[in-house]
Amino acid sequence: MATFLQVAFDGLLNGLLYALVAAGLSLIWGVMDVINFAHGEFLMVAMYLSYWLGFIWKVDPLVSSVAGGAFVFILGALTYRLVISRTIGKSAMSALLATFGLSMLLKNVCLNRFSPNFRILQHTLLGGKTFNLAGIIIPLPQLVIGLVALALLYLIYLLVKKTRLGWAIQATAMDKEAAELMGINTERIYLLVFGLGGACVGIAGGLLPSYLAVHPEVGGLFSLIAFVCVAMGGFGSIPGALLASLLIGLVEAFAGFYIAPVFKYVAVFGLYLVVVMVRPRGLFGW
Amino acid sequence: MVTAMTLTGKRTKRDLFWLGLLALFAVIPLTPWFTRSTFAQHVMIQVLLYASMAQAWNILGGYCGQVSFGHSVFFGIGAYGTAMAVVKFGLIPWPGILAGAVIAAVVAVAISYPCFKLKGHYFAIATFAIVEIFNRLFMVWYWVGGALGLDYGFTQPGWKNFVWYQTKDCCFYGVLLLFILVFGIVRWIEKHRFGFYLRAVREGQDTAESLGVDSTRVKLSAMALSAFLAALCGAFFAQYNYRVDPPMVMSLDMSMKFVLITILGGLGTFYGPLLGAALLIPLQEYTRAYLGGIGGGVDLIIFGLLIIIVVVYQPKGIMGILDRVYVRFKRSREGGK
Repeated sequence: MATFLQVAFDGLLNGLLYALVAAGLSLIWGVMDVINFAHGEFLMVAMYLSYWLGFIWKVDPLVSSVAGGAFVFILGALTYRLVISRTIGKSAMSALLATFGLSMLLKNVCLNRFSPNFRILQHTLLGGKTFNLAGIIIPLPQLVIGLVALALLYLIYLLVKKTRLGWAIQATAMDKEAAELMGINTERIYLLVFGLGGACVGIAGGLLPSYLAVHPEVGGLFSLIAFVCVAMGGFGSIPGALLASLLIGLVEAFAGFYIAPVFKYVAVFGLYLVVVMVRPRGLFGW
Repeated sequence: MVTAMTLTGKRTKRDLFWLGLLALFAVIPLTPWFTRSTFAQHVMIQVLLYASMAQAWNILGGYCGQVSFGHSVFFGIGAYGTAMAVVKFGLIPWPGILAGAVIAAVVAVAISYPCFKLKGHYFAIATFAIVEIFNRLFMVWYWVGGALGLDYGFTQPGWKNFVWYQTKDCCFYGVLLLFILVFGIVRWIEKHRFGFYLRAVREGQDTAESLGVDSTRVKLSAMALSAFLAALCGAFFAQYNYRVDPPMVMSLDMSMKFVLITILGGLGTFYGPLLGAALLIPLQEYTRAYLGGIGGGVDLIIFGLLIIIVVVYQPKGIMGILDRVYVRFKRSREGGK
């Protein structure tokens, strides 16, 4: 029983991390109907930023996460201006393919500059610390990321549902032309949404080096899992993405522990296929 | 009838074009004589192989409009088919090639039947998921070599075993046959009823159905044919490299190559895949060979930039650029008259 709870808890913590990565993607997808293939590479870039800040100036990942968020906000906004804004209105696949090109570019620039070595940040504030809660061992860095994920998802939810800006975002997502007629600058909304989506993943990337090694390929799997979370949750639904992420975290942990570690991702991607076969627009999709 | 009549109008010009093209194709088989550099031969073999792969994908993705990111699965099944025949069963590769291609077509139909229900990004992500599942399963399927893959032993070189150790000439002829097969099939489809069905489904599935086109059957046939040809390319790939393992053939990167070469050349066009491969593969091979010293990934940095630029500025690919040049050329000639 203790093992079961331990595995479940690990799965949930991992699920919260996936939710944090997927949140930005979900926001972008919901508002712009664009899949950002470079999402995982945004995460990787933020991880490198956090790693180098920590390595050169001994800045803790907790602090670097702010820098990561800001940096990827700018990167996202630039991506929107230079690439995505020119694909809007063309075929649905063009943004996906353009961002795939961007992901190759970012990945290989990092590979070229920083070599494919795995880099681990040592002596961080949270690194390697755990505490024991009634027999369940909880690693502190994962817990902090989980809490940040919950807080950030709640903030995004509030932003979209409760503020004037959020209403403008919703209006743009529902009907771009009508929103423009109401005096909303949809171009600026798109820019902001892409930046915000980037900022979420930037914060995640800033925190991650406290327990995860950085290397140029680190984003690939996160991208795929984030896609699956968002699609499984349903078109741009943030609660849906949270639920799907937690489910995926749990399935990954249980399949990895009770079947075999290699079956983790078979189970995760299999779950996605089963869910969309039953509900072709995801859990919360309409 | 209508198409036949409109075509006869331009007979002479078309004839000239085809004669020129045939003459070009007649020269291609002689190329191994011109260049004794095995590296140049390797690049040409790669160009023809990737052009065939992209064209196989183009049947489904370009003509039928179903953008699949799962073709590396079928490519991989083809590669494993021939490798299993040679390494596990000690046979000649030919029955393995055929078996692999047939299995790939069957698997493709079985997978895509439920997936074609999904729309847009849901379909795209489902095909990613399938690639990852197959990759992971082949990694632990020890009967087919697991993560270590299958390595060819030494066999008698020649057409019977389809391996050569001393020269690449015959490999070149092998891939040329594959290329002619794939491009010939697509050329035939383009002009026949099935090709019109494919394009009808791409342009508007509901409209096509209202005119009596069974869209599910058309999509599944396109998928089966596309997977069959992709598997043949995979078989050549395994024979050419003397080995096969899951990350080499069944990975997302491999899947993306099918898509990106076609997009770069021109989606849904006959020459697009060849143009895309002819631009990209030499670029990739030569940058890797000459810029390798700067550090890894230079070829992929250029590739990534190229993809962004093409998708953003010229979604119709190189064919789009050629079309534009041709129109400008024609207009300037008419203006001069």
